[in-house]
Amino acid sequence: MTVDLIFDFLNQFFTSLSGNEFLLLVAILIPCVVLFGFITIYALVVIYTELKVSSFIQDKVGPMGQGVGLHAGKWGLLQPIADALKLLSKEDIIPSSANSPLFVLAPFMIFVGAFISFVALPFGDSIIIADLNIGIFYILGVGSLAVISLILAGWSSNNKWSLYGGMRSAAQIVSYEIPAGISLITVIMLAGTLNMQDIIIYQQGGIFNWILFDNPFIPVAFVIYFISALAETNRTPFDLPESESELVAGFVTEYSGMRYAFFFLSEYANMFVVSAVAATGFLGGWQSPFPNALNSPGWGVFWMMGKTFFLIFIMIWIRWTVPRLRVDQLMNVCWKVFLPIGLVNIFGVAIWTVLFGG
Amino acid sequence: MGVVHGEEMVLNIGPQHPATHGVLRLQVRTDGEVVSEVTPYLGYLHRCFEKHCENVTYEQVIPFTDRCDYLASMTNNFGYVVAMEDLMDIKVNERVEHIRVIMAELQRIASHLLGLGAFGLDIGAFTPFLHMLRDRERILDLFEMTCGARLLYNYMWVGGLSHDLPVGFVESTYRFLDYFEPKIDEFVNLLVHNKIFVERTADVGRLPQDVAISYGVSGPNLRASGQKWDLRKDDPYSIYDRFEFDIPVGEGGKGSVGDCWDRFYVRVLEMKESIKILRQALSSLPKEGDVYQSLPKKIRPPIGSIYKRTESPRGDLGYYIESDGTNIPYRLKMRSPAFTALSVIDEIAAGWLLSDVLAILGSLDIVLGEIDR
Repeated sequence: MTVDLIFDFLNQFFTSLSGNEFLLLVAILIPCVVLFGFITIYALVVIYTELKVSSFIQDKVGPMGQGVGLHAGKWGLLQPIADALKLLSKEDIIPSSANSPLFVLAPFMIFVGAFISFVALPFGDSIIIADLNIGIFYILGVGSLAVISLILAGWSSNNKWSLYGGMRSAAQIVSYEIPAGISLITVIMLAGTLNMQDIIIYQQGGIFNWILFDNPFIPVAFVIYFISALAETNRTPFDLPESESELVAGFVTEYSGMRYAFFFLSEYANMFVVSAVAATGFLGGWQSPFPNALNSPGWGVFWMMGKTFFLIFIMIWIRWTVPRLRVDQLMNVCWKVFLPIGLVNIFGVAIWTVLFGG
Repeated sequence: MGVVHGEEMVLNIGPQHPATHGVLRLQVRTDGEVVSEVTPYLGYLHRCFEKHCENVTYEQVIPFTDRCDYLASMTNNFGYVVAMEDLMDIKVNERVEHIRVIMAELQRIASHLLGLGAFGLDIGAFTPFLHMLRDRERILDLFEMTCGARLLYNYMWVGGLSHDLPVGFVESTYRFLDYFEPKIDEFVNLLVHNKIFVERTADVGRLPQDVAISYGVSGPNLRASGQKWDLRKDDPYSIYDRFEFDIPVGEGGKGSVGDCWDRFYVRVLEMKESIKILRQALSSLPKEGDVYQSLPKKIRPPIGSIYKRTESPRGDLGYYIESDGTNIPYRLKMRSPAFTALSVIDEIAAGWLLSDVLAILGSLDIVLGEIDR
């Protein structure tokens, strides 16, 4: 499903235009449109999941359609659509004292950051838009784009709460990229490649061949990566940039309507990206947990989605269970706990691999 | 460790802000995240309660007391009627006394539940808040059963009560207590011993005992600082001297005495003590007795004044009533425990981070209706 494949297909189909740059543009646009649709639908699904899981945890029913009127459809399935329509139809407000070009730019930038990460995510053994040879490195790199847009949003809103949120998120995301990267280094060491597909192929042959169980030091790296991923996506217990009881809404305080929706969408898109990277790096990606069973391409998509959604579910679970850390504690955890443990862990993985084989 | 000082910024928290529990404005002076000064500005919810009371009859004051501390209306009623009965020298019968104690203790649990839940919310724990509201609903159901209202009861009258207990109230209350007692342990597991919660609250915003006393802080906030002071024991009113219960004090279980964690935990323990009182009061509740028996025909207290204090969920709630012999109070002053609790905030919150200031504010469990009156 790479751009090259689509380009080849288009070339064969429209022979008169063969090799034309226009076809290349179409070949690039098709996966983008598909991806945009996927992210939108995924966001609706995960918003619904979040509503229902939080309701279950909080002993309430959540969106419901039973009884008179069927307000939100069966089981409340229409609730996320109603939410999205509400955001779409809201008045678009740009505060008069805001720096409007930057204010308008920020939501687009954060979405672009999340969107282009999807390009290198493997959804199946041949379903990947761009099979980059530095895939995992690329995702870590473009993930940092979010920081710029959060600072933009915080600064351009000309609001003290937004500024606090922007500054907090900058410090937080930049810091937590380091433990996240360090824990992924162990994966790269074992797999010997930065290519997402090759990392998955390395884990062939059932659950015990997954990188997570390769080596007793890897679960530590997995935990560090997962917690850092929570911090990078601004999820509880690290939701300081938008902590609603402290900073009103942090960097999104002044945003409304569609611009707010883009921040919202990007948060959920980022959750998918970090979960998919964790599933790829540690849980065997689209490989079946059973050796030589249920391993066809169709099942591959199922396993990849299943693993990713399981990790997203854990993120939701954590969000509705624990309180929020303070900003200095957040930094302490990163620099004084995760970083040393992560560095020692790299040596542990290396020594174990040398002594007992990979 | 070197501290870098930057330019200071003045930040207004409120009057509309999710963490101020009403319409309070905190003006904080911040250097980055560090707060150097907190100044509370009041009056956004001022409804001239005390002045209004000088223009209405004594019985019409009771609904005003409801609206002061709207999260603990029963105990507000209680304080006023106890003061009025002392002034007029009225003695109410046993059944009325028992019902009043039952209502006051149920109200204490309900108020603490909301206070603790909101405190958790300030720290970012959303789920415990909803769990606590769910259980508070059951208490409100009991109140609704009794007097039809869920928030502002106007239940306790001078010399009696507005209604007798409905059929099945005692059984329902027992059922609630049996349901609720294990739930307290659930809250304790979910929040009190949660590592992040402890990190956020232990040693934060320590209120030393001498500072608490010099500011006149009372109630759970004072007890969390280690001072064993509870009017139900130390200056008993109504029939509180008959019940067996302990006064929990802060012991610095996770940090030092008087920190936010202690203020949280003391309230949890107080709910357990209230359950003890409730069980005793329910078992000794007399079957006979007319709740209207000692209602005065006309409320005209003799010329004179009285100051009577009772233990509300937030602390010493005092009523000063001055009578000129007519049916309208000459002067009515309310001593609000939440007001004194808020006055201490600059003392304990300065020097902490912005997030801590809001945690400390939540730990004091203030109600703006009572502060502004």
